[in-house]
Amino acid sequence: MSTNTLYGIFDDEEVLLSSVKEIRANNIEIKEVYSPFPIHGLDKALGLKETRMAITAFIYGCLGLTLGSLMIYYMMQIDWPQNIGGKPNWSFYHNLPAFVPVLFECVVLFAAHLMSITYLIRNGLYPGGKSDSPDERTTDDKFLMEIQVEGDATIIKEMLTKTGATEINEKEA
Amino acid sequence: MQKEAEIRDPLILGKKSYHDITKDIARPVEGKANKYWWILFSLSFGLFLWGVLSMAYTVGTGIGAWGLNKTVNWAWDITNFVWWIGIGHAGTLISAVLLLFRQKWRMSINRSAEAMTIFGVLQASLFPIIHMGRPWLAYYVFPIPNQFGSLWVNFNSPLLWDVFAISTYFSVSLVFWYIGLIPDFAMLRDRFSEKTAPMKKKLYSFLSFGWSGKAKHWQRFEEVSLVLAGLATPLVFSVHSIVSMDFATSVIPGWHTTIFPPYFVLGALFSGFAMVETLLIIMRKVVSLESYITIKHIEYMNIIILLTGSLVGTAYITELFMSWYSGVEFEQYAFINRATGPYWWAYMIMMSCNVLTPQLYWFKKIRTSFVATFILSIFVNIGMWFERFVIIVTSLHRDFLPSSWSMFSPSFIDIGIYLGTIGFFFTLFLLYARTFPVIAQAELKTIVKSSGSEYKNKK
Repeated sequence: MSTNTLYGIFDDEEVLLSSVKEIRANNIEIKEVYSPFPIHGLDKALGLKETRMAITAFIYGCLGLTLGSLMIYYMMQIDWPQNIGGKPNWSFYHNLPAFVPVLFECVVLFAAHLMSITYLIRNGLYPGGKSDSPDERTTDDKFLMEIQVEGDATIIKEMLTKTGATEINEKEA
Repeated sequence: MQKEAEIRDPLILGKKSYHDITKDIARPVEGKANKYWWILFSLSFGLFLWGVLSMAYTVGTGIGAWGLNKTVNWAWDITNFVWWIGIGHAGTLISAVLLLFRQKWRMSINRSAEAMTIFGVLQASLFPIIHMGRPWLAYYVFPIPNQFGSLWVNFNSPLLWDVFAISTYFSVSLVFWYIGLIPDFAMLRDRFSEKTAPMKKKLYSFLSFGWSGKAKHWQRFEEVSLVLAGLATPLVFSVHSIVSMDFATSVIPGWHTTIFPPYFVLGALFSGFAMVETLLIIMRKVVSLESYITIKHIEYMNIIILLTGSLVGTAYITELFMSWYSGVEFEQYAFINRATGPYWWAYMIMMSCNVLTPQLYWFKKIRTSFVATFILSIFVNIGMWFERFVIIVTSLHRDFLPSSWSMFSPSFIDIGIYLGTIGFFFTLFLLYARTFPVIAQAELKTIVKSSGSEYKNKK
């Protein structure tokens, strides 16, 4: 049996959202949805897991704090302690108030950059990458639902039309 | 679908479909530049060239080319530095703080405000580097293993905090801006065809990183934007606090005040919003975005200017009170000299442009007028430049020994460098307006149904 890919194209995000819900209620797997902007509630409707991007930011922030502290400790206490305006150069803890600004910047620097890099890697985005979208209009005003069908696709096509798809394209694999 | 109260004014005027928004935002990139663009561009580029020559002359001959003397050893360079950093602050406030507060009106202005931030911080960072006199040794400010006696930078010094704050601020703003730009570059990529515009297609394909708008990607996009906003918010407050500590941690009367960090942050937001208005009032006309940048957006910004302007005024008065209340003779003299000494005129410009004229925004007629807003925003820009000049020069020019009292007057080179950075800033902004999607169209499309005038009238 051949596997075909169906592309249901929608004009409106609310119609798409209700269609997604109905199609999934009928136990049909939706492979992907492409949209020109984020649609509120679509991730839940598609049954996507919650993203862990915020957790990575927290971990990277902790990493920044640790590395920043180690850097300052090494440079100010171990390698070359100096008496600067009588500030306590013998103890990291006593000199800590003066280090807070730099430590804070280290946290933000690490969290923001490493999270963004993680985001790009997880999404497979890189300079010069190719778009996976089957239809160029999905960055403009069309919403596209991709479904893989084995065998007869007429029932799914009917369902797509009934739930509001304005255009259905089929690609044979 | 999001709902919005009926009494809120629409943020998008006219009958706009998703496709109309795409077309409107791609138009400046697809079309040819008009006459006004070329006039503005030539002017800015001319100023920029003057700036480049002045900087080259400074580097070639040394800081003696400036109007500095032994008493006033810090003047226009640091004034311009703080002024530009301050201007950058509104961009982050609009994109990060207003995102956390879920303010929808930020969506049509955040892209340009962030561009302004990045270009402004770029101008600011030029000043410390050329003030070093030997800019090729600028890497000395970073904590890198070195061959000059294994001496490290001093982590107790506010000047080093500045290095960390400014470089973090610049790079995080850039990342935040770019994450938001990726979907919009993808929109431009898909509008250009391989046949008619192969170069543009290639360029925007490269810049859009292969974005395709999958559901999972959008989910991550929203989370990353939110977390970046959460990181950028304390960052923006820390940056200007740290800039103010360059002064506040010193022992010079007039600088040594604990009110500086909040007062500098407010002043930065105040001047930043004024610059956003100056730029956007011109831009909405030049690239015809009147439907998206409306008088309502301008009014909201004017209200913030009114608030921050009044708070800055309160800070000025608090400073005067505290200097009297401190009972310290030198502290009291520093402030009497500021207001009544030889630089009284600079103090008057500062007070009138920052405290008095923004009060006109109490009148609805004035805060909902493009012409009045444009004029007043220029006043604020001037006033905030003078605020920094007053703080820096008047505190220095009469120091503890009356025999070394002196005045400061800028040299031709000083003026050239300052105007040069203004030229550089506008050159970058004009290039940006012709090559970037100037409005975050993907985000804007999410509010058409709740805040577009067409949909609001339907109900």
